[in-house]
Amino acid sequence: MAIKAKHQRLVLLGIAMVVLIGAAILAIWALRNQASYFYVPREIIANPPESSRGVRLGGMVEKGSIHTLPDGVSIAFVVEDNQAKVPVTFRGIVPSLFVEGSGVVAEGHMGSDGTFVADNLLAKHDENYVPREMQNMTGKQMQQAMAKGK
Amino acid sequence: MHGFANPARFLRIARWLMPLCMGAGIFIALAALGWGLLFAPAERLQGETVRIVYLHVPSAWLGMAGWSGIAIASFTQLVWRHPLAGIAARACAVPGAVFTAICLVTGSLWGRPAWGTWWVWDGRLTSMLVLLFLYFGWIALAQASEASDGADSKAPAIFGLVGAINIPIIHYSVIWWNSQHQPPSITTGGSAMSGAFLWPLLIAMLGFTLLFAGVVLARMRAILAQQQAEARLRRKALAQGN
Repeated sequence: MAIKAKHQRLVLLGIAMVVLIGAAILAIWALRNQASYFYVPREIIANPPESSRGVRLGGMVEKGSIHTLPDGVSIAFVVEDNQAKVPVTFRGIVPSLFVEGSGVVAEGHMGSDGTFVADNLLAKHDENYVPREMQNMTGKQMQQAMAKGK
Repeated sequence: MHGFANPARFLRIARWLMPLCMGAGIFIALAALGWGLLFAPAERLQGETVRIVYLHVPSAWLGMAGWSGIAIASFTQLVWRHPLAGIAARACAVPGAVFTAICLVTGSLWGRPAWGTWWVWDGRLTSMLVLLFLYFGWIALAQASEASDGADSKAPAIFGLVGAINIPIIHYSVIWWNSQHQPPSITTGGSAMSGAFLWPLLIAMLGFTLLFAGVVLARMRAILAQQQAEARLRRKALAQGN
């Protein structure tokens, strides 16, 4: 029984696509931990990086945690996910979207006393877009965003 | 499907569909941009900079849709040998690359005020940059292989299918990996974006998509016209040679 040429091409191409997608899934699986842009507090607490190693720490800025240190130009705050908290210090100018209850990515290293010393702060916007007039509606959405921030 | 295999029939439809798509696309896109830039509200945290979204998100969508178009056309070309498939793929490439570039530039301009940096090497930004380089490579390969093998060359079609792996990677990069870029606001489960932003954005996406379709149809017509002109010149040269 002869198979039509175009059916043969369809089957061959289908097999090729399955193999290709399988290879991609394997590659992505292998990259799973390496391709993350930052560590979350839970990972930092579980496996503290050496203080000589530059790492990024990402999470939510705990509400009420930002305060200025006695030197007047450094700030301290707490980065949290829903399982762990890491205290952070930073000296410099913060991005305008750096606020309590919002996301942050801190670049720096882990100090010997368990405080993360940040050299650079990047604000992280979440997926919620809320008009200024509707600010008071955001409490619940913020919790959802934090739940997703793990 | 093979009803459209006849280029003459395609050209008859494209002749009125192309100006319709382009006209409606330009009108709707401009109206949505006007709405978004002038009348939509400022965002709670980002303020006025949120307005970049009305150009950034449609560009990102069309950059990815352009490669999806290349991939579907490539599959059609390889399996069914559809005579318009290779032409459709070639027509999608340049507009797709342009929108990808617009997405990267607007994203960079947005990143500076929103995040405090022009660029980071996180999963989303890196995979989108890879998409732009894939477009450059595809366009170069399509031109080179057309010169040697003609318009039905298989090489760009295979590249188009292999490169399509990057499209789901771009989409899921913000879900699989911790990233600077936030997860998608608009999903099948609903929108984390308030309607005041969502509606002008959806209409901008519709407008730019129609414009994209118009450009693709125009380019397909141009490629077909060029093929006809070349065929005619070849016949002429043969006739003179005899």
